[in-house]
Amino acid sequence: MKRVVITGAGTINALGHSADATYEAMREGRCGIGPVEFRDVDRLAIKIGGQVQGFEAEGRFNRQQISLYDRFTQFTLTAAKEAIAQSGLEFHGELAAKSGVVLGTAGGGVSTWDDNYRSVYEDGKNRVHPFVVPKLMNNAAASHVSMEFNLKGPSFTVSTACASSNHAMAQAFQMVRSGMSPAMVTGGSESMLCFGGVKAWEGLRVMSKEACRPFSANRNGMVQGEGAGIFVFEDYDHARARGAAILCEVLGFAMSSDASDIVMPSKQGAARAIAGALKDAGVSRESVGYINAHGTGTVANDKTECAAVADVFGPHADSLMISSTKSMHGHLIGGTGAVELLACIMALKDGIVAPTIGYEEPDPECALDVVPNEAREVRVEVALSNAFAFGGMNAVLALGRV
Amino acid sequence: MSTQDKVIAIVAEQALLEPSDVALTSTLEDLGIDSMGLVECIFAIEEEFDITIPFNANTPEDSDFDISNVAAIIAGIDTLVSQKT
Repeated sequence: MKRVVITGAGTINALGHSADATYEAMREGRCGIGPVEFRDVDRLAIKIGGQVQGFEAEGRFNRQQISLYDRFTQFTLTAAKEAIAQSGLEFHGELAAKSGVVLGTAGGGVSTWDDNYRSVYEDGKNRVHPFVVPKLMNNAAASHVSMEFNLKGPSFTVSTACASSNHAMAQAFQMVRSGMSPAMVTGGSESMLCFGGVKAWEGLRVMSKEACRPFSANRNGMVQGEGAGIFVFEDYDHARARGAAILCEVLGFAMSSDASDIVMPSKQGAARAIAGALKDAGVSRESVGYINAHGTGTVANDKTECAAVADVFGPHADSLMISSTKSMHGHLIGGTGAVELLACIMALKDGIVAPTIGYEEPDPECALDVVPNEAREVRVEVALSNAFAFGGMNAVLALGRV
Repeated sequence: MSTQDKVIAIVAEQALLEPSDVALTSTLEDLGIDSMGLVECIFAIEEEFDITIPFNANTPEDSDFDISNVAAIIAGIDTLVSQKT
């Protein structure tokens, strides 16, 4: 088996338009959540989100590209460009033939669905633009990344709600680890902050109108975000041979299915994924210094997640740090694990653990060190990234300092 | 604007050309419009003239709508517009 390292990272999200801007915001505990702006927002009960600001397609893409790129594809291409540039890889010949792109998204081109349903149902039009289908399909972003960067190997899109990105990155990791691909572009994206996207979430009544306060006793729900996180996963020997800078190592992963409920999380399912990732990575419980929590800010998730961590880690649960950066960038749904991986990279590479901001009152059911409100400087050897999706599908990644 | 001016404007926009560079005898291929550009042109024409063009991208040659050059497209549109009223 090959060792797998990360040699490039790119993002766009409510905290910033690059990985460096996002690390800085996470270090400072800045909040990217605020009032959202889009058509018909006045008809929503939930009017806040982690919306990407100052991002205009015009100027970044030409007219033909804009007619084909939903906002989730625009985010993906922007983040992919940054990640691949940082890696220094250029895909030609054998490398291009074996390297692919595996991405996660829950909704794909949600605003394309929304705009065109509005057009035919509300405005009564009987004709839509010819590119509606290629624009909204869930694999559109992965396809455009493959075309833009000449990635001709295994490529597809994974959709497992809020665990989509972690499942995608787990697939990419396996491909590099097995020797199937020398490098893979992976991560995920989401752009659900439009009228229909938020209205659907309102229906579940799990959204907060004020803030995302994970683990805080007064938490009252999740807040949606949007954006993309893209990474280059590379065979360690391949990266070393070309002298590439290494951000961290991907040590292992595990997936599990609760097989119990379509929305309620299960402690056992989460615990099996966490324990499985440690086993796959071949690391001890005591080596884990940081967990990037799924930490949605709902009552159910946060207490279940803390109970699962306590079960897996035993006494060490009180020594490790666990934070939810969703408090800053919101819940990016299918793209969330990818943006949250940046917090793990920052912990391993820079020794800075991102905080859980908006934390106000301790909750006895979340009695762990949640790194409240301020980032912390601590050397971290092993970090985990949790994702526990609706549908009970869980994916946990284990990463190590290099 | 006449039908001719409107069609030339649509085709020119799709081809990223000035309207003066589009001749009545130009074929879409001459203008560098590929199959996706063609369906975008058809869509834009349908929107502009409020007509439905009998065009199937699977078998463009069997369609009851001649797209062999700009003049043929204009003639086809004029027919469809006259049938509408």
